[in-house]
Amino acid sequence: MNDSVSNVDNAVTVRNVNKTYGDVEALRDMSLDFPRGQLTSLLGPSGCGKTTLLKIIAGLLPATSGEVSVNDKPVTGPGPDRAFVFQDFALLPWANVLRNVAFGLELRGVDKSEREAIAETYIGNVGLSGFEKSYPHELSGGMRQRVGLARALSVDAEVLLMDEPFSAVDEQTRRKFQEDLLNLVKNENKTFIFVTHSIEEAVYVSDQVALLLARPSRVSEVIRPEGFRHKDVNSIRRDSEYLDIVDRIWASLRTYVE
Amino acid sequence: MKLFGYQLPAMSSLILWGILWEIVGQVEFTFFIPPLSAIFATLLEIGPTPVFLKALADTGYAFFVGTFSAIAIGIPVGILMGKNRLLDELLLPWVNMFLSAPLTALVPVLMVLFGFGMKSIIITTALFAIWIIVLNSRAGVMQINRSLVEMARSFGASPKDAFFKIYFWAALPEILGGVRIGFIRAVKGVIIGQLLISIVGFGALFELYSSNFLMKHFWAVLIVLFTIAFIIAEFLAHLERKVEYYAARR
Repeated sequence: MNDSVSNVDNAVTVRNVNKTYGDVEALRDMSLDFPRGQLTSLLGPSGCGKTTLLKIIAGLLPATSGEVSVNDKPVTGPGPDRAFVFQDFALLPWANVLRNVAFGLELRGVDKSEREAIAETYIGNVGLSGFEKSYPHELSGGMRQRVGLARALSVDAEVLLMDEPFSAVDEQTRRKFQEDLLNLVKNENKTFIFVTHSIEEAVYVSDQVALLLARPSRVSEVIRPEGFRHKDVNSIRRDSEYLDIVDRIWASLRTYVE
Repeated sequence: MKLFGYQLPAMSSLILWGILWEIVGQVEFTFFIPPLSAIFATLLEIGPTPVFLKALADTGYAFFVGTFSAIAIGIPVGILMGKNRLLDELLLPWVNMFLSAPLTALVPVLMVLFGFGMKSIIITTALFAIWIIVLNSRAGVMQINRSLVEMARSFGASPKDAFFKIYFWAALPEILGGVRIGFIRAVKGVIIGQLLISIVGFGALFELYSSNFLMKHFWAVLIVLFTIAFIIAEFLAHLERKVEYYAARR
């Protein structure tokens, strides 16, 4: 199953990354490849360092040692090749949807009419047309995360980093988001790195699931679900490979749950 | 408030207190409290005189230059303290000390340093206003949602962008609260400055009227001062309410 990993073009590579906070070892000797154009999830129990790894890839946190590279260029800080989607949305509460979506472009110095035109397109793509002048506090959690997603898409970065993006929205919205995400991976030629603590979610949306374990934090397994990847979104949850993988991951993780 | 089913306008209790004042004044309880109507009559009489207008202009000038400096220096310093741990450690003890210190005692020192003129009055006004503005701006920045800062960084915000597009706006509700309290303290500062440093402006009028037992004149000037301070404070409270919609959801 893992033969296809070799010779794959990797958008992001993580090599021997360590991260310590004082005495606490958050990541130890972590190595992982993220194939281009695919969605890789970082799945694990809380405290396994999955968000830490994502923030190191984003350039928001420095690694204590080791190397992260995006398109073979070492990461030294945030860059235009990556965009981040936040768990708590991170919207400007004083700005309307249009300005929020255009904010990434605003920071990159794109002029107003151009960035608003781009933002309009993505607001439409995420299904928020008509809400351009609304403020975040007037939107539901799901709609707010659509704004966060539109903002990340509008800067047209090659790599999309998503930190538990659906954990703060309700279950129905979450399922819809997962289906939308599959379409997004199919249609946008981007590399997705997706942090989640939901086993079902990880298996459902991923081309590759990196199972991270805590204490010490390490990659315990990389699983590539392949049999159902091209199936219809509605039949994935009934697929036997899907169910087997979910069971297998739970078997690995259950020892970590008190 | 509602009375017998009628919505009373804001601050209608002032009318009640005004009536009480008038009664106490009319029965000539003490020379210190003349009737309110007589005070307003005096106000109309001295209001248009050049002496009064000059005092108003002097006081207004010192007040606005002083508070403007306090805002222009206080907000950036407070924001930087909230952002930068080192700066915070360096300045916080001083800010806290000056916030609670009896600044009036410093005025003679200011007179030695800056002379007996307008400059010292302006500095006194600014000193009364600035500390709470610094502290509130700092507090506003300290409670900022970390992911907003990370968001700005991840999209490549320069430090200048982060300052003007994130920190300032995120801290704005607290900043406005600080500015409002700062203005109220500045009213104190400007009058104390005028009384102690050089006898000009409203300070001079207070001095003149109270030493000559001209109580109607004294109260008239005081009411003007209270009214101006009240209007400014209300205006700033109005601005605060405008950003209230996001104050609770940052």
